[in-house]
Amino acid sequence: MFELKNVKYKNILDIEKVKLNKNFVTAILGSSGGGKTTFLKLLNNMISADQGEIFFKNKNIENYEPVALRREVVMLPQDPAIFRGSIRDNFQITEKIAENGSSKNINYKDLLKKVSLNKNLSDNADNLSGGEKQRLALARVMLLEPEVLLLDEPSSSLDKKTEEKIIQMVVDYVRENDRTLIMVTHSPEIAEKYADRIINIEKGRIVSWKN
Amino acid sequence: MENDIINIQLLQLVFAYIFVLVLLFIVKEKKIGHKAEILLASVRMTIQLVAVGFILEYVFANQNPYYSLLILLIMEIFAIYNIYGRVNSEISKKLKGIIAGSMFLGTSISIFFFVLVVVRLDPWFRADYFIPLSGMLIGNSMTGISLGVNHLINGFKDNKSLIENYLMLGAEPETAVKEISNRAFYNAVLPTINSMMGMGIVFLPGMMTGQILAGASPIIAIKYQIAIMMGILGSVTLTVFFMVNRGAKTFFNSRKQLRL
Repeated sequence: MFELKNVKYKNILDIEKVKLNKNFVTAILGSSGGGKTTFLKLLNNMISADQGEIFFKNKNIENYEPVALRREVVMLPQDPAIFRGSIRDNFQITEKIAENGSSKNINYKDLLKKVSLNKNLSDNADNLSGGEKQRLALARVMLLEPEVLLLDEPSSSLDKKTEEKIIQMVVDYVRENDRTLIMVTHSPEIAEKYADRIINIEKGRIVSWKN
Repeated sequence: MENDIINIQLLQLVFAYIFVLVLLFIVKEKKIGHKAEILLASVRMTIQLVAVGFILEYVFANQNPYYSLLILLIMEIFAIYNIYGRVNSEISKKLKGIIAGSMFLGTSISIFFFVLVVVRLDPWFRADYFIPLSGMLIGNSMTGISLGVNHLINGFKDNKSLIENYLMLGAEPETAVKEISNRAFYNAVLPTINSMMGMGIVFLPGMMTGQILAGASPIIAIKYQIAIMMGILGSVTLTVFFMVNRGAKTFFNSRKQLRL
């Protein structure tokens, strides 16, 4: 699905060659500041590589219309911003900004249940805790049903039990719906348990990868 | 009473400078500083106004469309450089261009509409009307656009993560920054709206005061004041609108990536 060839970005990332398969769950491990987030941002063209090429479905991503690409490859940052207003507003704004949702009939309540967020749709999103906000942001991404989900430490603010539950849910969702998941995680256990492929990035370089 | 203008003699004018001395005394006693700045401002104002007085005397006596347009151009250029100086952050080359373009376009549309449709100047370049009216529109637009640019730049800096979130979810840049642009626009036109609220009650506006002092009837002065306020509102609105709309785009590159 993705292929990176001789990709360099500032002094942060230097990737010789890597392929990321369709319908795979890929986990990216590595110490902080090693270039993991930069790696994800390159994949949905939030930033462009200084050198090298990135292909998405065999087409150079620089040849995609950037917004169209980001609607297929949606990224959830580590510290997601929550839109002002209620939980329902957050879903509605998401659908509106991505010009997505009119044809789909996704129940917001079901989404909340999926991410284990026991809240009312009318609750103020600002009052949610860090972990709850992270789950709401994840639900917003799932609402868009993108082909590829790029998740940057999606469970960093969650306790161990909730973290397992959320990752299990996302992985199930990806597998059931033939999606592709690329997620940065701090936890080797999670990577081992759920990923089809683990890529280890240190100081901007891929130091190991295994299936 | 109509032409009974009290001409201030030079000696009387000297007395007015006592107010500057009062300020200098206070800042010295209270160790506030900035004495040189106050002196410079007083001297600059005096020299600038005396020079403008002589120039206007000449231009009024020799009415010519080129003179009026030349002075308009000079005012625009000074205003634009003033805006660049008033913005607290670094402005990109592209944004500078947009500020200049917005000032020229917004104020020109307003000035020509105002002199041709509202005041119906005949000839349109009549310098004793054209220049002061243009000056008021340009001056207020300059303040509006300075506020707008500051709010726009700070809005982008303070909301970088929110904008990125929007983009990551597949939003167009215009959608991602809509709230920031709208807030910058509102904050830029707000002082004009506020001054309209207080006008006539909290203070008597400068133009009206000037006309009354020059012997005009308060009713005529009020009509001019209302008209000029509408002109100012229009000019501020247009310049800030052009700047915010085009300016917000300069924060993104051709790949719709945030450049901060």
